Amino acid sequence: MAYSAKLRVWRGDATSGELQDFEVEAEEGEVVLDLIHRLQATQTPDLAVRWNCKAGKCGSCSAEVNGRPRLLCMTRMSIFGEDEVITVTPMRAFPVIRDLVPDVSYNYEKAREIPSFTPPEGLEPGEYRMQQVDVERSQEFRKCIECFLCQDTCHVIRDHEENKESFAGPRFLMRVAELEMHPLDVADRVGDAQDVHGLGYCNITKCCTEVCPEGIRITDNALIPMKERVADRRYDPIVWLGNKIFKRNGA
Amino acid sequence: MAFDVASPAGTPSSDTPTPARASIAARTLRTDRWWLPPLLTSVGLATFVIYATVRSFLRTDYWDAENHYLTPFYSPCLSESCVAGSSHFGTPIGELPGFVPLAFLSLPFLLGFRLTCYYYRKAYYRSIWMAPPACGVGEPHERYTGETRLPLILQNVHRYFFYAAFVITIINTYDAILAFGGENGFGIGLGNLVLLLNVVLLWCYTLSCHSCRHVTGGRLKHFSRNPVRYWTWTQVSRLNTRHMQFAWLTLGTLVLTDLYVWLVSSGVIADLRFIN
Repeated sequence: MAYSAKLRVWRGDATSGELQDFEVEAEEGEVVLDLIHRLQATQTPDLAVRWNCKAGKCGSCSAEVNGRPRLLCMTRMSIFGEDEVITVTPMRAFPVIRDLVPDVSYNYEKAREIPSFTPPEGLEPGEYRMQQVDVERSQEFRKCIECFLCQDTCHVIRDHEENKESFAGPRFLMRVAELEMHPLDVADRVGDAQDVHGLGYCNITKCCTEVCPEGIRITDNALIPMKERVADRRYDPIVWLGNKIFKRNGA
Repeated sequence: MAFDVASPAGTPSSDTPTPARASIAARTLRTDRWWLPPLLTSVGLATFVIYATVRSFLRTDYWDAENHYLTPFYSPCLSESCVAGSSHFGTPIGELPGFVPLAFLSLPFLLGFRLTCYYYRKAYYRSIWMAPPACGVGEPHERYTGETRLPLILQNVHRYFFYAAFVITIINTYDAILAFGGENGFGIGLGNLVLLLNVVLLWCYTLSCHSCRHVTGGRLKHFSRNPVRYWTWTQVSRLNTRHMQFAWLTLGTLVLTDLYVWLVSSGVIADLRFIN
């Protein structure tokens, strides 16, 4: 049954902005993005919002709804009361371009800092052979749609802009983990995870896992295993000694 | 609404020029009771810490001589200060002054194991240090360096506490097995079931540890070359998904076990016997 939903939307740009109140008709079964589109169509034709697939797979419509990082297209109106004011703001960890559209280029810069997949020398594309059991662990991380909600919610950069330089954020530490766990990747990623990508900043409070729309267990399956690998390398003399004695370089 | 270019938490966190984020002064726009989980966590942790501290120094009613129940807070009891029968591994250590807990060889390692545990870190970073108190809620600290420097870089020694906790859990298991042989020989009472439940959950908590998961197989790059370790890693991973639940359950069963032994050994209640 249709009702008049109360929306409070942040409108503005890099120089100024404010939360503005609107009443928008809501139909049964709709999501927040539907209301944003209706708002755009009926009251604010210049409202900027980034979206694409409307199916939770492109990662474009990331924003914050009632202060929680979410995909607008996957946030059902039915989870809110009809009298509830629904506040929609852009992701707060990134600079804003206009209205609900942030500048997420920080993420692309961090992505470029990670060396790409590095196969063993002499192994050409087409010659890669690996067991399913060896690749399936890192395949979980390939589900990432790069919505950057995990980056947005991570307090290391959300609350401390100055950490952006030295901290890659959960999405890209997960990318490092994905490559580190890849059976054919031979690049040394453990040292870089700590020194270049700032793994030590992570205090495993799991907000990244909480907001991930793909349900990737970022903290348990990527960040903590990477922290343990760093501990192997940096803080565990027994592992270090074992590696020396048995001349092993990973297993 | 008045606005200015501010950090999302409402207070600029350093002198670093703040990029032009959306100017929203509120610390959070969350409308749910985000403060409740950290509050409950703080209360739960504080309750356990107070109880465990008091009991560890109390030195009374930790051994039920009739049923051979020994509370885990006094295991292993290796000092001549321990009451007769409670020292399952002899008394190689002399009398201890009153300010030293009788289980001084295990308690620091158990404390270290829980303090550096990946779950408890999340719990107290959120609830006590408020970094952050909840997702999407600004933290109150001006600077943040995480676990990159002392003292928090020491969290990386978690695996050593895991090794120690593994040994101590074996000792707790031994205590629980010995408790089936009381003064009158073999018997089973409610206390045995309490001790048994406690050690089963302690094993679940210890084996579900992230360091255990790493040591058993997580550090491997090729599972296919190590099928036994892969199988072990798979089992530990299944437990690991419930690490938080085991963390809280074991706090509860430790208190329950100690309280039961306390009440039985002090004569406040009688042990409910099923066999002998």
